[in-house]
Amino acid sequence: MKKKRWLFSLIFISIVMLLSGCDSSLLVLNPKGPVAKTQSNTIIFSILMMALVLIVVYILYIYMLTKYRASKTSDDYEPPHMEGSKWLELIWTLIPIIIVAILSVVTVRTTNAVEKVPEGYESQKPLVIYAASSDWKWHFSYPEEGIETVNYVNIPTNRPVEFRLYSYGPITSFWIPQLGGQKYAMSDMITKLHFVADHEGSFMGKNSNFSGKGFAEMEFEALAQSPADFTKWVDDVKQTAPKLSEQEFKTLLDTPHIGRKSYSSTHLGFAPPPEGDMAGHHHGGSGSDSDKTSGEKPMDQMQDDMGNMDMSDHSSMEHGH
Amino acid sequence: MKWDEFFVTGEPMIYAADVSIILVSLAIVIGLTYFKKWGYLWREWLTTVDHKRIGIMYIISALIMLFRGGVDALLMRTQLAVPDNKILDAQHYNEIFTTHGLIMILFMAMPFVIGMMNVVIPLQIGARDVAFPRLNAVSFWMFFFGAMLLNLSFVIGGSPDAGWSAYFPLASLEFSPTVGNNYYSLALQISGIGTLMTGVNFIVTILKMRAPGMKLMRMPMFTWSVLITNVIILFAFPVLTVALALMMFDRIFGSQFFTMANGGMDMLWANLFWVWGHPEVYIVILPAFGIFSDVISTFSKKNLYGYKSMVVSMVAISVLSFLVWAHHFYTMGQGAMVNGFFSITTMAIAVPTGVKIFNWLFTLQKGKISFTSPMLYAMGFIPIFTIGGVTGVMLAMASADYQYHNTMFLVAHFHYVLIPGTVFGVLAGMHYWFPKMFGFRLNERLAKWAFWLIIIGFNVAFMPLFFLGLNGMTRRMYTYSASTGFGPLNMIATIGAFVLAIGFVVLCYNFFHSFRHSPRNEGGDPWDARTLEWSTPSPVPVYNFAKLPNVKSQDAFWHAKKHNVPLYEEGPYEEIHMPSNSGQPFILGVIMFILGFSLVFSWFIPAIIAGVGVIIMLAVRSFERDHGYHISAKEIAATEQKLRGDTV
Repeated sequence: MKKKRWLFSLIFISIVMLLSGCDSSLLVLNPKGPVAKTQSNTIIFSILMMALVLIVVYILYIYMLTKYRASKTSDDYEPPHMEGSKWLELIWTLIPIIIVAILSVVTVRTTNAVEKVPEGYESQKPLVIYAASSDWKWHFSYPEEGIETVNYVNIPTNRPVEFRLYSYGPITSFWIPQLGGQKYAMSDMITKLHFVADHEGSFMGKNSNFSGKGFAEMEFEALAQSPADFTKWVDDVKQTAPKLSEQEFKTLLDTPHIGRKSYSSTHLGFAPPPEGDMAGHHHGGSGSDSDKTSGEKPMDQMQDDMGNMDMSDHSSMEHGH
Repeated sequence: MKWDEFFVTGEPMIYAADVSIILVSLAIVIGLTYFKKWGYLWREWLTTVDHKRIGIMYIISALIMLFRGGVDALLMRTQLAVPDNKILDAQHYNEIFTTHGLIMILFMAMPFVIGMMNVVIPLQIGARDVAFPRLNAVSFWMFFFGAMLLNLSFVIGGSPDAGWSAYFPLASLEFSPTVGNNYYSLALQISGIGTLMTGVNFIVTILKMRAPGMKLMRMPMFTWSVLITNVIILFAFPVLTVALALMMFDRIFGSQFFTMANGGMDMLWANLFWVWGHPEVYIVILPAFGIFSDVISTFSKKNLYGYKSMVVSMVAISVLSFLVWAHHFYTMGQGAMVNGFFSITTMAIAVPTGVKIFNWLFTLQKGKISFTSPMLYAMGFIPIFTIGGVTGVMLAMASADYQYHNTMFLVAHFHYVLIPGTVFGVLAGMHYWFPKMFGFRLNERLAKWAFWLIIIGFNVAFMPLFFLGLNGMTRRMYTYSASTGFGPLNMIATIGAFVLAIGFVVLCYNFFHSFRHSPRNEGGDPWDARTLEWSTPSPVPVYNFAKLPNVKSQDAFWHAKKHNVPLYEEGPYEEIHMPSNSGQPFILGVIMFILGFSLVFSWFIPAIIAGVGVIIMLAVRSFERDHGYHISAKEIAATEQKLRGDTV
């Protein structure tokens, strides 16, 4: 049995060591904005709470296994009949209930916090960016700036950013670990993510929900720049990048893999996102200005685009005739 | 349709599989013919309605599927061992992780657990059989041919590739035009119906067929866990049946339940899938809890601590299991309110589970613990499963889950729950009840070697995944670049997976070794155990109990041994009524297989013919006049004399 104890203490020590070193190494625990910071704190708090539970169980476990082994007792030892103990059972029901209650309060508070514009940034007008996924790329539209990018997104620091997510195909999940947790992008509704970057830098972003063959390559760069640099970049794109035509957009949707692209207009005009009248159905909003209208069907325009994309992406629709 | 669309082509690995499938099939056919075993196979196994044999067939099928799912796992781990690996392409990898999940949950864990139920439950409650023996055989053959149908997709037509949860619209005809997901809907449907019938069968068996004196609160914990499990099956599986039927309509008949346009709702599938899928994880883990309870109690030589709270906690888990499904998609934008509700219900499951852990620990207190192979699995379970449990609580917190969702952290969590829970559970049960099934014990030395390899390999394979997840590695990516920094931990995990695999090889070798070398004639009770099944001779005669036992307490057999009171009434044997064997369940399974296979390829004429065949089979059964047969008192006396060496 020595082997087992050795193994578990090794595992335990390695957990502690890795956790203490994680500030620098693990993306999720290395936040660069208030949303990710909240989540990182929640995770570390829950790890500490759960470590307490683990320690209690492991101490009891090691105690029982070392003390009551058959080899340590005499041959004629007869274990007693024990029904259980009301008090003990009450204790190990109540303490977990208390722990779960504490964690529940933390969860509800932090979940509410990360669904809103982060504290301290409420007064600023958020920068709205539509992030739409298609097989297998990300389209970012800046409606106010009138620009669109593919497979990279630039944001200003210290300003709330509202990502509005939807999909031109399978469900995807939009995730920039160092700025905040992910959310699904679906074809029939908009979901929203509120981020603020309080550090400049280049962050890894990706789709984290399996969406078919090209899924593994569906990564993008999220670049947080100072407001001045951001404005400069926007102006630069407006002046130098070509306009995004409907034809060009369809070609984009139809091409599975594409590098970075920049455009000085967006696709929102001719291919509106599934919000407002275009939404498939309503899921109860978390954002401040969620749309209350609901329609039975996505708009014809959407269907046209999809039909087009599907025909060329999967030209063989027959399935075994 | 062209041949190269029908058969999967262009992959050397698939060709190797083709060749090996043909060779193995030929070897089986030639072997059976050479040793003249066709008749034996048909009479003794394919047509059997004996719950013990059906259980053994379940377990053998599960072990074969464990091998297949395990090879899938090794392929995935090999592919991920180093960055930018080229062993598998994206398509092949997608098919492998999809079938790995499907096979391990539905065609390994489920049948293994159901096999254990079949072998043990009637014996534990002092019954001669299950309530509906013929239906039990139908359940088995439905599962078996469902599993075969899914496995066939590997070489014919292509495997499903949209993940084991088959989210729409990815799994729709639009984005998955091959027949892979048709296989998904039909193979799961056929075996799922079989499982549903098992649920009905065992609820009735446990409620109606207990031996005299066995009140509900005297039932062994495994029986309790199985009763509760089957109640969950009864509520959860109809949801799967409906979801799969809608999926089949979408894919084969052009309906629009889950599509992107025309009013289809992709999240409807996710909801239906997880309303079944979440209880499903408790379906495979609760019986394991029951097995651990029996094993820990037996090998500490003590009764189970807190019996009543064990029962209450399992009932609580079963209720809560239906209230947590939305935690599988916290990130779909359902709002903080809904997420808060599901966070709390999910975390609440930790409370009854914690109660069980502490009860097991206190069962050990003042005990006389012997570390036999079943006990080793039970003791390995507690510390590892606790890690799985606490990470489950961490995942339950919605705000944090936004960061874990779809990452390797989740993959690590559910392997930390399912492997020590379900897999260690059924392995503990298999080592424990092996003498009941075959009359001899597995070699303890080899079993311990296997155990240590498995437990070390497991931790090395899955612990790194927690950290990979926190570092941003998502699940289901077939490759990653060196710049991500995922390389080293993945390499460690891969090494662990191979150690784990060696452990399973030793475990399998143990069957052959023990078959040849293990001592026979150890009697009915080699472990000095506590429950009724150990009061029968090993292997168990077809009628289980020559005379029905009289139960006066919990752990009835232990009570009888310690207080020297007779378990069975005095008096002569009486003749026993038994159900007769039947080829119908097997034939029905074959027809269901043909029906499923035809529908996969939208061959409607053979499908209709097979559908008519199913109806004919049901009609044949309805008009059949088969009331079974009787075993005479004299024959029973002779059998008992031979097995026990006693005379009455």
